[in-house]
Amino acid sequence: MNAPIYRLYATLLLLLTVLVGYTSRWTVFDAEELRENTFNKRPLLESQGIPRGEIRSIDGEVIARSVPEGQGSQRIYKREYPLGALFGHPVGYDFINTGLTGIEASENDALIGKTGEFATLLEELQGKSEEGDDLVLTLDADAQRLATSQLEAIGFGSVVAIEPATGAIRVMASNPGFDPNSAATTSGLEAFYQDDATSPLLQRAIQSAYPPGSTMKVVSAVAAIDSGQFTPDSIVDGTDGQLIDGVPLHNFAGESPGMITLTTALTDSVNTAWANVGEALGAETYFEYMDRFGFNQQPELDYPANLMRASGVRQEDGTLIDASDPVDIGRVAIGQERLTVTPLQMAEVAAAVANDGDLMKPQLVAEVVDPDGRVDPVEPQKQSDVMSPATAEAVTVMMVSVTENGTAAGLTVGDSPFAGKTGTAELGGGRAGCDLPNQVWFIGFAPADDPQIAVAATVECSAETGGAVAGPIATAVMSELLG
Amino acid sequence: MSARNRELFGLFGVGLLVTAGFTAVFTADTVDTAKIGNTSLIYGGYFFGVCLAIHVVMRLRLPNADPYLFPLVALLAAFGLVLLFRIEDSLAFKQATLFLVSLGIFLAIVLVFRDYMVLERYRYLIAVGGILLLLSPRLLIDHAVVDRTGAYINADLGFTSFQPAELAKICVVIFLASYLRDRREVLIVGARRFLGLTLPPLKHLGPLLVVWGAAMLMLIFIRDLGSSLMLFGGFLAILYVATNRVSFVIIGMLLFLVGFAFLAQTVPHVQERVEIWQDPFAVDGPAGAQQLQQSLFAQANGGLFGEGLGQSLIELPRTFKVHCSGGLTFPDCNSILPAPHTDFIYAVAVDELGLFGGAAIICIYGLIGARGFRTAVIAPDGFSKLLAVGLSAVFVLQAFVIIGGVTQVIPLTGVTLPFISFGGSSVIANMILVALLLMISDRARSETWRGDEVRL
Repeated sequence: MNAPIYRLYATLLLLLTVLVGYTSRWTVFDAEELRENTFNKRPLLESQGIPRGEIRSIDGEVIARSVPEGQGSQRIYKREYPLGALFGHPVGYDFINTGLTGIEASENDALIGKTGEFATLLEELQGKSEEGDDLVLTLDADAQRLATSQLEAIGFGSVVAIEPATGAIRVMASNPGFDPNSAATTSGLEAFYQDDATSPLLQRAIQSAYPPGSTMKVVSAVAAIDSGQFTPDSIVDGTDGQLIDGVPLHNFAGESPGMITLTTALTDSVNTAWANVGEALGAETYFEYMDRFGFNQQPELDYPANLMRASGVRQEDGTLIDASDPVDIGRVAIGQERLTVTPLQMAEVAAAVANDGDLMKPQLVAEVVDPDGRVDPVEPQKQSDVMSPATAEAVTVMMVSVTENGTAAGLTVGDSPFAGKTGTAELGGGRAGCDLPNQVWFIGFAPADDPQIAVAATVECSAETGGAVAGPIATAVMSELLG
Repeated sequence: MSARNRELFGLFGVGLLVTAGFTAVFTADTVDTAKIGNTSLIYGGYFFGVCLAIHVVMRLRLPNADPYLFPLVALLAAFGLVLLFRIEDSLAFKQATLFLVSLGIFLAIVLVFRDYMVLERYRYLIAVGGILLLLSPRLLIDHAVVDRTGAYINADLGFTSFQPAELAKICVVIFLASYLRDRREVLIVGARRFLGLTLPPLKHLGPLLVVWGAAMLMLIFIRDLGSSLMLFGGFLAILYVATNRVSFVIIGMLLFLVGFAFLAQTVPHVQERVEIWQDPFAVDGPAGAQQLQQSLFAQANGGLFGEGLGQSLIELPRTFKVHCSGGLTFPDCNSILPAPHTDFIYAVAVDELGLFGGAAIICIYGLIGARGFRTAVIAPDGFSKLLAVGLSAVFVLQAFVIIGGVTQVIPLTGVTLPFISFGGSSVIANMILVALLLMISDRARSETWRGDEVRL
């Protein structure tokens, strides 16, 4: 009876081998697929047991930290935001019940210390517990505080400040903001969503659809000069009431300066002159320069895509048009038509001029610090070559003229000359919750001879002009950062 | 080295592993760093001490028994205790008590019940007892516990719930070994060839059909797919070894498949199991699919090397806890894996110890099978041979049925993983099984080689 015993055992061994085969299928071959399976809630559950990295501002203030709750294997970590609403935008939140958003979402892998399986094994052999990396943001808490309080004193709006040479975003303030600590519960978050009067979850710095008004004339000036068709001394027609795309266009307060230089046209923000420039350049050239500045595409910012809006000319259904679509390019050149932008985009316009014509990728993270204290700085990256250094220099001179003799005269940033451009987009008022007509803007950089900071500031629903309302906010923030 | 010295050596190694295992669990729980040094050693010491006591009795009573069986069983118990301690420490203490009880029964069998050959004489009594045991959850209908899978596996005896199928499998194997030892000659000689298959003579076919019917009845009345698969597999194993006729096995398998296919069409409980097995991630699949999904996720999470003992996610974090009705506590409630301490303990093992840990556990069952079949090969008489074959086959098949269910090789069923899963009936029944194997082995090795230890 022994031969069948051997064969029987061989059969059973075969069965056990199948078990090992299937176990390796689930643990190795199909493991990735199973981990990403939508039914699999383990990654979410497990991330709660990992001490998430701290998020700090560049000047050392703690924006987000994790505090432990419970004991042993039941210990979980809960997020806490000591600065409250100050960095609700753009840092976002991370809570079990409401999910994660903002920088908490885009930098999640670093914050939970996620590495490959092999690296994890090495760490296990070294006896390290799982722990996230800390983030040092490019944002400056003091300047953010100043920008936020200035906005809160005036109205809804946004301030974005960028270091031109690196793309580091130093200020990204949106008013109204929200306190991320209140987003921990679904009811708290729902209250933010229901608040239609203020839309606190709308991050105006990168999600808004504001008409840029005359700040767009900086893009027009760059396109005009860099394309070789104009110089700062070229003479353009600034007569009031010219037909642009078949419709009469008027200057601010009906002024009609006649034939003027391009520099004067920018200094006094003459609409008809710049509309003529736009028509002379044509849609193709104009859109080419818009593209170089980063319009017509998602910002190249490492941030959740659903929380950013591309700036550009949109059709009624919301799709972006390109140069081949019918467009009133003369009015685009003065920030009208269907053109809408974000404050981040306009800050990038100022930054590109300030940085000798090179646009750097905007960045929110300055350094990643691992649990052992090793610092990994985020390297600056060039996004595009917008214009020649000569063009940048010429446009800078024109923008300095704006702050010295033009619509922004009277504003100062320290003692040195600085560059700027105002904008006052007339929306006509009458929108819900906003009876006053103007979207006011200021973009600029300082100091003019060695730019350290570029800024865009905007306020919704104002009765006044960009120079009067947005200008003082922008110069205060630049002064603080240069301080 | 003599057999018993080899055994002692093995047990010492297992004791060290227990210490290492508890140390790992304590290390993971950083709050209890003070326990790492002393408590792990004390638990390891207790474990080794108990094993040593059994070992001493074996030296006296079963000096020639297989030297590897007991250490291998101890190794499984060590895996089980450490994993249970890691899931919920009170479970491990209960399980340790159950191990002590089962070892008491083990000693009683070895010391009092000296000659297992008498079992042959009472085979019909044992058979009836086995069938009554199997049906008991339905007979004691007021006390039957329908488990979460819809099977009548447990009988509630008031003080404890009891899984009669565990003990019944031994009764059935004893009966079949004895019965087939008697009838093997007529089954072989009287066989007819029909349609290329060798069929057993009709008048002897009856008892085989009875066994098949019993397995089907189990499926219908007790709804216990796992136990019936295990028992029927054990029956086919004994039948095959007794007759050396593959055709009998094929007929048996066909019969089982026909019966199973019929049940899968008609019994919703079985049908659901098959559906889940075919596609655990079906969009509109049965709600029970979640169990198998979690099992696969746990294994995927383990990867090659596992999360490490004590490091995987089993109990839901505080904020995810649900209200437990009926006085249930973790791990019966608020566990990410259903039944992590019983049916799905293999998934927990793979989660924490990885593919290597899982493969190690499977290897141990393979090795225990090897020692059992080795015993069958050297056993001097037909009854001992068939008994050793049946017991070994049923033991390995039980491991296959539950691990296979957890890894989606076969539809999921509710049998325990021998010596690892939490549960008194399983531990006690399997310890009796091992005691019988050791007694057969002692007798075989004594009679065959008269103390010639070197040749196994």
